[in-house]
Amino acid sequence: MTEFRSPDQDVSRLRVRLVVAGVFMLLCLSLLAARFFYLQVLRFDYYHTRAEDNRIALVPVPPNRGAIVDRNGKVLARNFAAYTLDITPSQVEDLDETIDRLAEIVDISDYDRRRFKKFREESKFFESVPIRTKLTDEEVARVIARRYLFPGVDVQARLFREYPQGDLLGHVVGYMGRINSRDVDQIEARGKTANYRGTEHIGKRGLEESYEEELHGKTGSEQVEVDAGGRKVRLLSRRTAVPGNSLILTVDAGLQSVAHQAFGERRGALVAIEPSTGGVLALVSSPSFDPNLFVDGISVADWRGLNESPDRPLLNRAIYSAYPPGSTFKPFMGLAGLSTGKRTAQQAIADQGYYMFGGHRFMDDKVGGHGMVDLHKSIVQSCNTYYYMLANDLGIEGIADFMRPFGFGQITGIDLPGESDGVLPSPDWKRKRFKKPGQQKWYGGETISVGIGQGYNAYTPLQLATALSALVNDGVMFKPHVVKYVVDPQTGARREVEPKPIRQIPLKPAHLAAVRAAMVDVNITGTGARAFAGAEYSSGGKTGTAQVYSLKGTKYKEGNVAERLRDHSWFIAFAPADKPQIALAVLVENGGFGSRSAAPIARQVIDYYLLGKRPAGQASEDEDAPADQ
Amino acid sequence: MEFRLHPVAMIRAILRPIDPPLFLLLMVLLAAALVVMQSASPARMEAQLVNTGVALALMWVTARIPAPRLLSLAMPLYVVGVVLLIGVALFGEISKGAQRWLDLGVARIQPSELMKIAMPLMLAWFFQQREGAIGLVEFLLAGVLLAVPVALIVTQPDLGTSLLVAAAGLYVIFFAGLSWKLIVPLVLIAVLGLGSIVAFGDTLCQPEVDWQVLREYQKHRVCTLLDPTSDPLGKGFHIIQSTIAIGSGGMFGKGWMQGTQTHLSFIPERHTDFIFAVMAEEFGLIGALALLVVLFMLLLRGLMIAAAAPTLGTRLLAGAITMIFFTYAFVNMGMVSGILPVVGVPLPFISYGGTALVTLCIGVGILMSIQRERALSQS
Repeated sequence: MTEFRSPDQDVSRLRVRLVVAGVFMLLCLSLLAARFFYLQVLRFDYYHTRAEDNRIALVPVPPNRGAIVDRNGKVLARNFAAYTLDITPSQVEDLDETIDRLAEIVDISDYDRRRFKKFREESKFFESVPIRTKLTDEEVARVIARRYLFPGVDVQARLFREYPQGDLLGHVVGYMGRINSRDVDQIEARGKTANYRGTEHIGKRGLEESYEEELHGKTGSEQVEVDAGGRKVRLLSRRTAVPGNSLILTVDAGLQSVAHQAFGERRGALVAIEPSTGGVLALVSSPSFDPNLFVDGISVADWRGLNESPDRPLLNRAIYSAYPPGSTFKPFMGLAGLSTGKRTAQQAIADQGYYMFGGHRFMDDKVGGHGMVDLHKSIVQSCNTYYYMLANDLGIEGIADFMRPFGFGQITGIDLPGESDGVLPSPDWKRKRFKKPGQQKWYGGETISVGIGQGYNAYTPLQLATALSALVNDGVMFKPHVVKYVVDPQTGARREVEPKPIRQIPLKPAHLAAVRAAMVDVNITGTGARAFAGAEYSSGGKTGTAQVYSLKGTKYKEGNVAERLRDHSWFIAFAPADKPQIALAVLVENGGFGSRSAAPIARQVIDYYLLGKRPAGQASEDEDAPADQ
Repeated sequence: MEFRLHPVAMIRAILRPIDPPLFLLLMVLLAAALVVMQSASPARMEAQLVNTGVALALMWVTARIPAPRLLSLAMPLYVVGVVLLIGVALFGEISKGAQRWLDLGVARIQPSELMKIAMPLMLAWFFQQREGAIGLVEFLLAGVLLAVPVALIVTQPDLGTSLLVAAAGLYVIFFAGLSWKLIVPLVLIAVLGLGSIVAFGDTLCQPEVDWQVLREYQKHRVCTLLDPTSDPLGKGFHIIQSTIAIGSGGMFGKGWMQGTQTHLSFIPERHTDFIFAVMAEEFGLIGALALLVVLFMLLLRGLMIAAAAPTLGTRLLAGAITMIFFTYAFVNMGMVSGILPVVGVPLPFISYGGTALVTLCIGVGILMSIQRERALSQS
């Protein structure tokens, strides 16, 4: 007890203040109560929705992409699961520092960093971007154990595309790549944006590109509960993804392998077609490339190697490069002569070794000429003079009109992207092709060159093979196609691609027989005889030599000029002669005479296709592709 | 026989210092804290139980000390507190950008926490010494006693604690009878200051504006409150997410352990400063109002003890402690529900944290001691 007694008024003043304090507290707490009422009752719906939005995320489930197999079921493209190390840049404060720290746990190369940077520029800010692909199990464990140290970093299982046959079918199967801004625009234009949510790769070339819609499938979705870090906590509901359709090709991987190896180091192309269906049995463009290089982003060195090589491995010569057909054009010209009535099969001309037109001497390649030449001899001995005269008689319009239904100089419509149309020359074409009035006029002498497959003529190997198929199939024309069936993997239902012919070219059986008989003789006594000596089947063929002339004006390095200026070598062939199962066109760039380099390739391919015989010294395609177990 | 303690007598002896209403209300709050903690951070349950036990023991010990003895401890506690604060300024450990901790070898302590008790104790003791002769000089001296430790805490920098310590002292001064003529202008200045910040927030919050008196992070906190969406992934995230948690709780809440904002980690600091959001999400408006009612009853009990206290010092002390409880609660819930800036103030008796709980329970112990003093003086 203190000795002073506090005055009563002090006590009562204090009590007043205590009451004031009490009232003040009550007011403040009421303010809080009002605030809670506002938030929890008046604005409940709003905050409830906000909380649900926080909690529930709709996660797209990308579908499994369809597989691609050859006509015998050999796998050409498939998926495999691998772990990737992903960074979500929007959740990371210091990206470089995070990557540096990650590099202490897993290998991260400069290539990985550059690729990450590139991918990041192409992706939206909230998306996760892979810094490493194909982690080993040990690396996965190391990252998972330290995940709490790396906010915004996650390990994800992803499906990657794999091409077990390596470079065997690079140009046919193509490859996939990460969706870039141009792809995004295209997807949007097709109205498929929703279906590509969650999908990171898209077909960029070959069948992967042209059958993108079939292969991709339908994206499913999962409603998941996520935490503040965006991690999945629990699955609420699921709409399963529908896997993409598989493709069964008309291509025979074994045949493709024989053809591919037959080219060796040489540049060129081969297209083999089943004449009765239009199905492509083999489509080679040499050199090829390994599509696996592109699967998780091609390295700069690999890209340079492919893109800057003078052999241009990324160029699909089979469907894009157009070459003058040379003498392989003669059977078609001969057929034109018969069909138009300008010639009969027996009618012979006198060849004195040259043909005079407009004061210019068009030379035969045999000095002194072939003597009396009828249709059969003109094809077997490849007599130029016969065709100089025939071309003059048909006229350029007549030639163009006859050739057009065979698909010369037009897109064939094959189910591969990047086809070019080549040139079927005509006065009309020349008017459109050239700007200056002086160059637009068609000269009669130009018709003469066209008659022997030189001049402005330029066709892709695919066009030549397609035209030949029609010729040996009695004029019944199919659209060439690489895919036989599109298969729904769930029901097994198959849809056949291009089962019906697109046209019937009106040709007389007698005329066709005459031309085909001459072509059969080419392989017996003519320019194909040496290549087809001892064949256990009957066949027809025609050599050709294309003067080096490229419509696209390829530039070659000076050191290579001599070799690269040599003529291109052609060979077209079909077998068996009476009921052809295979028709093909082979082109060897700078291969010289057709009989020397192109014809032996055709022989090897047909031997394998009809007899199952592999050329001596060639590995089977199974040993050739160790990736395929 | 006389020396053998009868069990009933023993229990009575133990219970003697306890004020039943205060104790009952405190137990309700501590029980609620355990229930919410189990949901917010089950891993901390054990530590919370230990903290609760220690805090209750210290409350009991404090309650047993006669009030005059407590007041006589004011000067030494205050001096020790100020010395420790200077020690922190010179040798303190830096944690989360601020220098608050002092390692004494045995334990790491936060001297600013001690000042929360020492400050009102000191001023109450001071006014008691001057009872009957309290004039302007006394108020000025009290102001100096208040300003020194507050300044030391501000420089740590710890705005939240310095405001609480300052408030504790100001409450004593208020109850000591500072003239309304002085209080009204001071409050007006404070209100106008805050009002202008709100009104001109947009300009003031431009990055290039330097607020002179407040540090960058303090400016940030105030600005974030004015417009939480301006920084949705930073500090504003806390307020936005805790507001969503409270609002989505609705009338009856999502149920114990069912709060999505809580269990999916959207609520930051959910076991400490933001624990109220957990409670409001899982128990709804009903739970939040129940908490307000219990707290208000506890505060009323405190005010009653103050009104009936036997001496000036004990009256001032009891009133100030009660107001401190109120301030903690109001600032915390105001912050979590988005009507006050984010200041590091825990929810009294509920938030996880040993030091704060011990300080608060010692405060309750002091109230009980004062209540018992009245009973003694009446008898």
